[in-house]
Amino acid sequence: MNPRILAATTGRILRQLRHDRRTIALLVVVPSALLTLVYFMYADQPTPPGQPSAFDRIALVMLGIFPFVIMFLVTSIAMLRERTSGTLERLLTTPLGKLDLLFGYGIAFGLAAAVQAAVAAGVAYWIFDLDTAGSSGLVIGIAVIDAVLGVALGLFCSAFARTEFQAVQFLPVVVVPQLLLCGLFVARDQMAGWLQALSDAFPLSYAIEALQEVGANAEPTGRMWRDVVVVLGAVMLALVLAAATLRRRSG
Amino acid sequence: MGDAIAVRDLVVDRGGRRVLDGISCAVPRGAVTGLLGPSGSGKTTFMRAVVGVQVVTSGTVTVLGQPAGSPALRRQVGYLTQAPSVYADLTVRENARYFAALHGRGRAEADQAISDVGLSRAAGQLVGTLSGGQHSRASLACALVGEPELVILDEPTVGQDPVLRADLWARFHAMAAAGTTLLVSSHVMDEAARCDRLLLIREGRLIADDSPAAVRAAAGVDDLDEAFLRLIRASAASSEDAQAAPGTGGMS
Ligand SMILES: Nc1ncnc2c1ncn2[C@@H]1O[C@H](COP(=O)(O)OP(=O)(O)OP(=O)(O)O)[C@@H](O)[C@H]1O
Ligand SMILES: [Mg+2]
Repeated sequence: MNPRILAATTGRILRQLRHDRRTIALLVVVPSALLTLVYFMYADQPTPPGQPSAFDRIALVMLGIFPFVIMFLVTSIAMLRERTSGTLERLLTTPLGKLDLLFGYGIAFGLAAAVQAAVAAGVAYWIFDLDTAGSSGLVIGIAVIDAVLGVALGLFCSAFARTEFQAVQFLPVVVVPQLLLCGLFVARDQMAGWLQALSDAFPLSYAIEALQEVGANAEPTGRMWRDVVVVLGAVMLALVLAAATLRRRSG
Repeated sequence: MGDAIAVRDLVVDRGGRRVLDGISCAVPRGAVTGLLGPSGSGKTTFMRAVVGVQVVTSGTVTVLGQPAGSPALRRQVGYLTQAPSVYADLTVRENARYFAALHGRGRAEADQAISDVGLSRAAGQLVGTLSGGQHSRASLACALVGEPELVILDEPTVGQDPVLRADLWARFHAMAAAGTTLLVSSHVMDEAARCDRLLLIREGRLIADDSPAAVRAAAGVDDLDEAFLRLIRASAASSEDAQAAPGTGGMS
């Protein structure tokens, strides 16, 4: 890796994003709009005593899921465009290293996700009175790590898509199972053993558990840090695998 | 100083077909070498092998003294792909600055490359909104911006008007005079006439490797267009003869 090339690549990706005003608007507005929807969906639901309200429980998890899902999709498409437009092949004939490109995407979209998470968290905390025992800063930090996980998985999966149609299909294949089994719908310890094993194998489960730890505890817990480390490990693994799929030579 | 590119017995298969079939040739330094041949003859494949992005079946390609595709070569070789490969959602200037930065060059070099391809007035325009010819020149600017020692240009003047083509060729010759080696593919014979040397490929085999004057002499005509037609027909006829000869047809 080369710091100058990494910085140039990150800047280039952010500049591409900046020219796409509508995408920026969607990135910033959609999570808040969906939070609003959830708020009114649960507005009249009674809260069992001693438990977090349904909105608090769901909004917290959604703050982690948006950046993951959206950055996964955005990255898969961006990387596919690099492949189909020939820019990827051209980049690989320059001094750019594979990791410069992969980390460039990770950093650029991670920054975009930080803005998105900050706005969504601001709306959740200030407008809808989201209540978490731990700090909002940790919630945003974990949301950004979730986004980077989405970027890393997107970079890896895009290697297996030849067309946009295929790339979009990876959402139901890669993302939806993780959403179903992450503990949002059924608590992880109430699932059948084999489902729990699957859930344990999915990195998103740890990301969501980390958020729930922040929701339930005033101070960061050991379990939360363990979860964060697991997610970061999954990010590294996905990036290494993605680097392995970037071939300088093709047939 | 050896040749800029030395190719020996290069064989490339693509999609299960033999696309380059035992090519051996050399490209001299500080000159413009033209790569010509019918559509589908293997020009792009040959250039990809030189840049080091093509999986080769056998043979060697040595570029500036090193095996093609060596990491050190990425700083010394500029490659213009046949289809323009620049970011449509960035401006011409942003594209040029990015590729300049990859080669450790700055804004001045980026602006220079843009003006060298005649795009100064469109520098602030998104590449996606450029005309076809402007689009390929934006891609060309990004191939030249790193001031590489060896420049591989796959049909750089397609879609350009005669004035621009003349300007670009003057630019290529100025670069060669300054010591840069250029390998340029083309379908246009008046461009072939401007090259110092010519490589002519047909169906993956080299059928001429000479100066334009020598190619004319070999074909026995003054017109390069006609000379190429004759060489290609002669080569086609001899390969048909070889196939028709008893005992050799289809056996290998
Ligand atoms: N990715 C690929 N897979 C399979 N075959 C390919 C592939 N790319 C090119 N070919 C085949 O290899 C042959 C040589 O192609 P190449 O692109 O090198 O030709 P070319 O001389 O550059 O042609 P043109 O002048 O039309 O650009 C063609 O028959 C082409 O169909
Ligand atoms: Mg070609």
